[in-house]
Amino acid sequence: MKNLFFGQKVKIVDKEKTILYIYEHPLFVRLTHWLNALSLAILIMSGLEIFSAFPSFAEKIPQVDLINIPSVLRLGGWLGGAIQWHFTFMWVFIITGIFYLFLCFFTGYWKTIFFLPKDIKGLLPMIKHYFFFKPKPPQIETYNALQKFAYTIVIILGVFSVITGILLYKPIQFSFIVYLLGGFKLVRLWHFLTMCGFLFFITGHIIMVILHGWGNFLSIIIGWKKNIDNTNISKNS
Amino acid sequence: MEKLQPQEHVKEIQKLAMSKIKRRELLKLLPIGAASISLPLFNESLIKQGLSFSDWVSETLYNPNQLAEVFTDSQVTEFKKFPYNTYDKDDPEVDLENWRLSVEGLVEKAGDYKLEQIQALPKYTQNVRHICIEGWDVIGNFAGAKLADFLKMIGADSKARFVEVICADYYYSSYDMASCLHPQTLLCYEMYGKPLDRGHGAPLRIHMPTKLGYKSCKYLISLRVSNILSKDKGFWEDQGYSWFAGI
Repeated sequence: MKNLFFGQKVKIVDKEKTILYIYEHPLFVRLTHWLNALSLAILIMSGLEIFSAFPSFAEKIPQVDLINIPSVLRLGGWLGGAIQWHFTFMWVFIITGIFYLFLCFFTGYWKTIFFLPKDIKGLLPMIKHYFFFKPKPPQIETYNALQKFAYTIVIILGVFSVITGILLYKPIQFSFIVYLLGGFKLVRLWHFLTMCGFLFFITGHIIMVILHGWGNFLSIIIGWKKNIDNTNISKNS
Repeated sequence: MEKLQPQEHVKEIQKLAMSKIKRRELLKLLPIGAASISLPLFNESLIKQGLSFSDWVSETLYNPNQLAEVFTDSQVTEFKKFPYNTYDKDDPEVDLENWRLSVEGLVEKAGDYKLEQIQALPKYTQNVRHICIEGWDVIGNFAGAKLADFLKMIGADSKARFVEVICADYYYSSYDMASCLHPQTLLCYEMYGKPLDRGHGAPLRIHMPTKLGYKSCKYLISLRVSNILSKDKGFWEDQGYSWFAGI
């Protein structure tokens, strides 16, 4: 069990067939991934219920509603219930995030997942591959530049959603920061837009997971990914 | 490609990678799975605890010296765009002539107070933001006596923990003492330079820019200082809103 860490590859000859197991996701990543999936789903749905109490970013009088959120997407039943959900799972989300970031830096995992200046040059070829069906650039690291970019952006979004959330929760206590971000109404809009960013990421993320199949999905649960053909050790999603 | 592990290590891993260990690995995620499945079963108490915990953190970290932002007269929302926001009706038909504020509890001078007695206290005017739990906000012009001055006048025990109020429309709420002593917490009898109109809580309301709007009770008729919170904490609070509601 020692030295067992992400990126480790193990070759196993099983019934005359070579199987390559890759330890893709360390336990803390799997744990925080699913805690995040749960709390983010609850936060988004209860957030939509809270937003429905005043679905506008402008004046109260005259009130111009922007959108009518279908009740199936909302959680909490009414404003008070939704706030209870939101203010419970915000703690799960925040503590999960702190735990994740701490372990990212403590274990060196950040080198695998964070988009760094050296990744910029790899971004465009990957975009061309994903969106314009151009040939796939060779896979050198665990995650390609576009994946790193998406994962890094979504971590920043997470931090921003917590900051704007705290500002909405305590706009008087943090009135100067609210002022810097354009006032209470705009902070509400920023908080809403981070949610839109999450929805965009989640949609793309789920599409990629479906495209890469069951074995890839399983690795975020058990940690290991099975590669039968070891001539092409590419890992995705 | 990376070097593969030595043979002995591989054997160790081989066992691990096989189905048994997969099951064990799956078990590690079981608590989360179980939690998400059972959430609907105990969500009521769980999420109420979560809100209470958030309230506790809010009250612990509350800075009594943090002032709400004040605005210039030109930034104030027009009077006609300041909503009449009531839970029942805009006018509970308070008899303004014979109105008294009944004061009881941990005070030296319990009794009924006339509006003139409150107006005799130093008057403060402030343009502050009024934020509703629904998400809208307006900047209003409020004037009145500091609640802290009134509590001093009635000889309230400033070490008491709570202030509870009852309103003519049967609305009710309660506050932590620290928020009542905040310099911007007003016993408000004027808005926009005119005596409170009936929709805004004539003749006397509380205005607390440091709390959400539902804590700024209108049509006050009774105020009580106490150390024990009544089981009726507030009209909305009893239905599930935050009790502290500090912003």
